[in-house]
Amino acid sequence: MKTRVYVTLKNGVLDPQGKAIHHALEGLGFSGVNDVRAGKLIELDLDPGVGEAEVEDMCRKLLANTVIENFRIERAEPTA
Amino acid sequence: MRSAVIVFPGSNCDRDMAEALRLVTGRAPAMVWHRESELPQGLDLVAIPGGFSYGDYLRSGAMAAQSPVMRAVRDAADRGTFVLGVCNGFQVLTESHLLPGALMRNAGLSFVCRDAPLTVENSQSAFTARYGAGEAISVPVAHHDGNYQADADTLDRLEGEGRVAFRYAADINGSARSIAGILNEAGNVLGMMPHPERAVEPAHGRTDGRRLFEGLLEAVLQPA
Repeated sequence: MKTRVYVTLKNGVLDPQGKAIHHALEGLGFSGVNDVRAGKLIELDLDPGVGEAEVEDMCRKLLANTVIENFRIERAEPTA
Repeated sequence: MRSAVIVFPGSNCDRDMAEALRLVTGRAPAMVWHRESELPQGLDLVAIPGGFSYGDYLRSGAMAAQSPVMRAVRDAADRGTFVLGVCNGFQVLTESHLLPGALMRNAGLSFVCRDAPLTVENSQSAFTARYGAGEAISVPVAHHDGNYQADADTLDRLEGEGRVAFRYAADINGSARSIAGILNEAGNVLGMMPHPERAVEPAHGRTDGRRLFEGLLEAVLQPA
């Protein structure tokens, strides 16, 4: 089963990469961008038996550094 | 003094660290590969060197923190063995939760490679006993992810407990409160971004890093 984990920087944590992307967009003439935050998308292909709690455990132990990052788990729609 | 240097795939300062330890302690360290689950017996110091362990995949130090040898390092640290993490080694120590906080991309986004003027904040630890409190020294840095961050409570606690070992004299990477190196609660684990092993003999251009190793040697030979 496909599961996506989105890892993003916590609010208030300065994001130098997001800032650089923002500047580059402005340099290209895109003037309506108020802020940019860069994160990671990690796609997992899981056995059906792997539950949400286990994925959360994966996030806490490795996929995200909870000192500076938040994570959000998105499970793919089960196919009929 | 018996020491060991941990070697990960992608470590590139392991030889410099080994050479500095050999020079100062008179004894070559054991080189320990990351797949080992045990450290040599009777170690006084474990050094985690700089480099790009596992290609910095996911986050700098994140994969190395999960390697078998780090469980042994954690056990050794709990027993009071000295642990020194430099640069990538500091990143590995925070990812292993042996030290609090995290090292993020430099605020200026550039890789910073130059001599860094530092202030010795705490001269009470074994690592810093040969320096004077408030002493100005200069030690090379070479990193992309050296921007130390932690929440305000953690930073306050580090400062209050005298666990900030070194501070940058001028901001170079955006680190919170200009922190360049921190100690654990027990004072036997030090993580720092600057490279003391690159400043131990006159040919290096400066020798301000040497006293860190001398302090450890002294602490091991004459425990307080």
